[in-house]
Amino acid sequence: MARSIKKGPYVEESLLRKVRRVQSSGDKSVIKTWSRRSTVTPELIGLTFAVHNGKKFIPVFITENMVGHKMGEFAPTRTFYSHSGDRKSKLRK
Amino acid sequence: MARIAGVDLPKNKRMEIALTYIYGIGRSKAREILQEAGVDLDRKTDDLADSEVTAIRNIIDKEHKVEGDLRREISMSIKRLMDVGTYRGLRHRKGLPVRGQRTHTNSRTRKGPRRTIAGKRK
Repeated sequence: MARSIKKGPYVEESLLRKVRRVQSSGDKSVIKTWSRRSTVTPELIGLTFAVHNGKKFIPVFITENMVGHKMGEFAPTRTFYSHSGDRKSKLRK
Repeated sequence: MARIAGVDLPKNKRMEIALTYIYGIGRSKAREILQEAGVDLDRKTDDLADSEVTAIRNIIDKEHKVEGDLRREISMSIKRLMDVGTYRGLRHRKGLPVRGQRTHTNSRTRKGPRRTIAGKRK
């Protein structure tokens, strides 16, 4: 079930605050965030975020194609594990 | 024999069914199309007049994405997911289920035939 359009996309307030601060002080560094549930909006294009995956911060550079996805989708939370003999599943990245 | 969107329609099936032989058209879309074209659902492909076939063809061309175009759109969106580096893209890349299903057992459709790894045996 998709979110109601009336409400607009959800972006955490604290994340927006950080974004505004970075934008007003000139494009600079990576924005650390724990807010995996925030939607990527067009204003965030061109910024780099460090999205928490529960353990580390994964750097994510936001491009146009990413709009509409959630932050968390870009920072996988699970360690991928496969048996050493597996041939097919070695196709990682 | 009617040919719509590059697909030959089977002769002796009801139109409602015959249209579903086109990729991207299922029962409900077939019904919509036929209603719009004013063709009875139960008529067979062979006894349609040329004008009716043309009407159906026009509706499909105009309002529905079918066959090659649809396939392309789908593979483009999958490619986008992979390029952008989302979790869903990763799952597509690895050939595992994308929508959170279990992989401990089952999900053979995505994973393909079982590849047994030599286990411990006495």
